[in-house]
Amino acid sequence: MKNFFEKIAKIDRRIVYLLIFLGVTIPLITKKGFKFEPLQEVKKAYDFIESLPEGSVILISIDYDAASMPELQPLLEVVLRHLFSNNLKVLMMGHWPLGLPLGQIALEKIAKEMNKKYGYDYVFLGYRPGVAAVILNMGKEIRTVFNTDYKGTPIDSLEMMRGIHNYSDIALLIGFEAGATGDFWVQFGQARFGLKIILTSTAVITPDLYPYYQAGQIVGLIGGLRGAADYEILVKRKGFAYSGMTAQTIIHIIIIILILLGNIGYFALRRLK
Amino acid sequence: MIDLIFTFIAAGLTLAIFSFLYKDNPFYKIAEHIYVGSAAAFWFLYLWFFDIDPKIIAPFRSLYKEHGFLKMFSHLSPEHWILLIPITLSVFMLLRFIPPTAWISRWSIAFLVGMAAGLGITGALQGYIIPQTEATLLPIYTGNLFTSFNNLIIVIATISTLIYFFFSREQRGIIGIFAKVGITFIMIAFGASFGYTVMARVSLLIGRIHFLLFEWLSFLFS
Repeated sequence: MKNFFEKIAKIDRRIVYLLIFLGVTIPLITKKGFKFEPLQEVKKAYDFIESLPEGSVILISIDYDAASMPELQPLLEVVLRHLFSNNLKVLMMGHWPLGLPLGQIALEKIAKEMNKKYGYDYVFLGYRPGVAAVILNMGKEIRTVFNTDYKGTPIDSLEMMRGIHNYSDIALLIGFEAGATGDFWVQFGQARFGLKIILTSTAVITPDLYPYYQAGQIVGLIGGLRGAADYEILVKRKGFAYSGMTAQTIIHIIIIILILLGNIGYFALRRLK
Repeated sequence: MIDLIFTFIAAGLTLAIFSFLYKDNPFYKIAEHIYVGSAAAFWFLYLWFFDIDPKIIAPFRSLYKEHGFLKMFSHLSPEHWILLIPITLSVFMLLRFIPPTAWISRWSIAFLVGMAAGLGITGALQGYIIPQTEATLLPIYTGNLFTSFNNLIIVIATISTLIYFFFSREQRGIIGIFAKVGITFIMIAFGASFGYTVMARVSLLIGRIHFLLFEWLSFLFS
């Protein structure tokens, strides 16, 4: 008996890796999905976007990089598709230089797919350093921070940008967050200028963003792969996030079982001693 | 063809990083060094093309082209003079690398600390402390049982957590009871945070395995 408890208290890490690998691979190959209802905070984000009139300008901030790509990139594509299909205009920028090419790739891919034209339906501003200073100055005049787009084209020569000067010309900010930049958007963009914000985030930082949602400082929150899957359900286009949620659920069950086994082994051994 | 090459490079680097699960090895080290090197180069290029060149060099370049090096100084506009302030502070910061003049960099650091403190304090007060305090002042009875219960939890959790961090009196009696309730809520918050972290890491693994299965292997067998 002691031998059994010793084994479950110290399961070989290679067995754990194998279980996790199988737990991810099998659901992805079989493509079996669970049924679940979208979370309220995701539904509110979706409803807010649906309520915007055609031609409204949406500012997207790319505040993540390749390390968070599996969580945020599929969602970025789904959100862009939703915005373009509602004939909303997209203005993209970012505070994370390493993530900007990811934003650019998604924007150009979806714009091409939806027959949208650069300078008329969307503009890619690029990056400027100094997160708080950038957010504050954009609240007064975007041109003080971005006088050109990412290619160096003066933004006044772009049709879409002619009437856009500050946050009063922007209907919504959607921040794709993998760090603390979302806090800056809320603390400076929302608190000082009344900017409407939806935050989409990696699961790691989602618990830190819930207080903003609870306090009504942001209109919606799309957190982690679960949030992305919810959004895919709402836009009726199930993709990577939805299929990934099955693997996610199975892995969570495996982890819970492993935690229970480890604890049973630990306490049983302590009692036997 | 290009897609094929990049897919194979990405798959190779992914497998090299995963090989660390077995033990540290040269493939992992190569992948790690490629990441660090390319990220550093990328940062440098971005800072140069999106910040230093357009914001600092370009305004003077046009003057230099028009008037030449010596005459350009007599044509500086107020915007150019203002630009000289951050340029000077930047140069001061670089003086850290020369030991006899390293102390001058403290002026730049003092400027940064002062600016960050000013921004941080006003941002935290206006955008966090005041709205979050407002959001905690909730009615206990709302007419809806579920909402009332949620509000009650928020109020009790906030008060008991604040009491846990109240160290001016010994945590005994009623203060001790509230402190214990507070630490329970803190532990629940840590648990929720850890759960989300597990979810995030698993999501990354799902993303990589999805790439290996449906992009790399499908390329390989198509």
